[in-house]
Amino acid sequence: MKHILTALVENQPGVLARIVGLISGRGYNIESLNVAPTHDPTASRLTMKVQGDDRVLEQVTKQLNKLVDVIKVADLTQKCYLNRELILVEVAATSQKRAEIVELAGLFEAKVVSVQTKSLTIQMVGEQEKIADFLALLKPFGIVDLARSGVVAVARGK
Amino acid sequence: MKTGAKCVMEGLERAGVKTIFGLPGGAVLDLFSEMYHAPFEFILSRHEQGAAHMADGYARATGKVGCCLVTSGPGATNAVTGIATAFMDGVPMVCISGQVHTSMIGNDAFQEADTTGITRSISKHNYLVRSADDLPRIIAEAFHIAATGKPGPVVIDIPKDVQRSLTQSCAPKEVNIRGYKPVMDGHPAQIARLAKAINEAEKPLLYVGGGTISGDASKELTELARKAKIPVTTTLLGLGAFPETDPLALRMLGMHGSVAANLAVSHCDLLISVGARFDDRVTGKVSEFAPNATIAHIDIDPSAIGKSVRTDIPIVGHVKNILRDLTRQVKPIERVKWLAQIAEWNKQNPFSFDKTTSELLPQYVIEQIYEVTKGNAIVVTDVGQHQMWSAHFFKYTKPRTFLSSGGLGTMGFGFPAAIGAQAGMRDKLVVNIAGDGSIQMNFQELVVAVEHDLPVKVVILNNGYLGMVRQWQEMFYKKEYSASRLGQAGRAKNEKLKGKRQDIYLPDFVKLAEAHGAGAIRVDKKQDVASALRKAFKADGPYVVECRVKPDENVYPMVPPGASLMEMVHSMA
Repeated sequence: MKHILTALVENQPGVLARIVGLISGRGYNIESLNVAPTHDPTASRLTMKVQGDDRVLEQVTKQLNKLVDVIKVADLTQKCYLNRELILVEVAATSQKRAEIVELAGLFEAKVVSVQTKSLTIQMVGEQEKIADFLALLKPFGIVDLARSGVVAVARGK
Repeated sequence: MKTGAKCVMEGLERAGVKTIFGLPGGAVLDLFSEMYHAPFEFILSRHEQGAAHMADGYARATGKVGCCLVTSGPGATNAVTGIATAFMDGVPMVCISGQVHTSMIGNDAFQEADTTGITRSISKHNYLVRSADDLPRIIAEAFHIAATGKPGPVVIDIPKDVQRSLTQSCAPKEVNIRGYKPVMDGHPAQIARLAKAINEAEKPLLYVGGGTISGDASKELTELARKAKIPVTTTLLGLGAFPETDPLALRMLGMHGSVAANLAVSHCDLLISVGARFDDRVTGKVSEFAPNATIAHIDIDPSAIGKSVRTDIPIVGHVKNILRDLTRQVKPIERVKWLAQIAEWNKQNPFSFDKTTSELLPQYVIEQIYEVTKGNAIVVTDVGQHQMWSAHFFKYTKPRTFLSSGGLGTMGFGFPAAIGAQAGMRDKLVVNIAGDGSIQMNFQELVVAVEHDLPVKVVILNNGYLGMVRQWQEMFYKKEYSASRLGQAGRAKNEKLKGKRQDIYLPDFVKLAEAHGAGAIRVDKKQDVASALRKAFKADGPYVVECRVKPDENVYPMVPPGASLMEMVHSMA
């Protein structure tokens, strides 16, 4: 099962290496990872998507909590949470296909950010499921390039 | 204005450091220059691995944070085994290493290694210091982190320019780390739940680990066990947490545990783990461990709970506080039937060896050490057969009297750790029981013991083998003794030496000890053991007693790897 872990960590060099080392050292793959400072510049918020059963994730969460530089960890998967991801996708688009792709982007509230002679670059922000759907629909046109921010998530309210 | 190096010395002094173990080098010359005027006893090891184990042994024997100081690159990498050893066994230690000039980091500079990268997974925490202004805070934090929670080693890597640069103030800093707040008191509801379980259990058992000793909770444990009449088994690192001479004592459990302890685990209806972590050498086949029991787990480390065994009653907090609260709530119960069963198991299955033979058996030597010292010694072991026999044939009654590398199983640990223990406990008899394999890994430190008048006694059980390797080869690898023979005779074809002197054992430990300035004696016969030990223990300085013991003695009982604790093997037959 996929889990979304979020951690508040000290904004210092070496902290990310510690966290990544802890997870990779146990043989788990990190599917996506996003880190950036919070409103408190001395702390960063880290959001990580990891595959593993509940027992494994419980152990990973505990081990992360044990790190001195980790202030707080939560496994959001069991909680009510909001998640978003940003993607930039370049799709092959001949002049005949362009209108069709732009229409599709509109349906997903995605935005065309660059137009080239043979392709379009589209920006989209959304929940993971929606992004997966959008990418599936773009696939037949030919995806030339794709950059994803990785999921960011917060628990909903308190 | 003070230099970073001066700040380090002031920080160490403030942290209560009295003794430092280490070895200088280019990247720590500024620290050593300050050390020249500092009020510490400095013990110069001959290898950084030795320095780290000495700091570790010092910490295990005294309960204080051990401290070692090494240079960059090879100095730090040599200390790595010592840091990892302390990490696995939860030993409080601060290791300071030099680092190349900040501007040279990542440049493949002379004697450069990524020390914080290398030690990240084998230390409780580490620091790469970027400014001398941070030093007072970092030193204070390091000692706090090392000593609290589940203790462990902390590494502080200090670049040369940071040691030399000036800072406004070395004033002490109050430690406040927002991501590090160990839980001290157990949850009252959980403690009440466990008290109720103890009061209702018919066959409770305490399973006690090294956390009870590092948590200074032997007294509280003993009170609980005696009040509620709960038998006690300990792990290797838990030896001494509860007096092994007590009728409630079952001795050690696990792979080479006592029959009584392993039977008790398999039959108990409530297993109370205190500062232990259900190591694979303890549990055997996990699915058949304590099959009839409700399992309670008291530990300061939340990640230890539920890691390998299902836990019914978890309690996170400091063992000392939890045991005290628990003892208040348990009822004095006689448990006549269960204790009679325990007494019967103990009586039927003591650790044993052939006492009738005229051959010199390693177990006999250890029993004699126990007799001659009357149990009043700090025993420090290396790793292997002699380590297990030291657990079997010496009875430990006080905490911090049995020091051994349990988790990492580091051969070469024992002797330098014994030197560190002696440096911390000058008035105690410190005996290092070693194998002929282990002792050769750090023998060079003998000069340190001689120079500093640290009268450590080394008893080498020389069986000419890497004995535990040989035992596994005998039992599980078709008796093909590949590379486990230390003597020349009887080696496999591809290990045979070319020289003519194939019948002698090298090195000559007596000559080697004498060359280092220590006293030494060799014993071949059973009847000479006690007198040789007396002579060694009475001697003023360090002393080596080499016992040429029977080569192919095995450690029994043994739970084969992957088997359940009920499947103990008692002999090869």
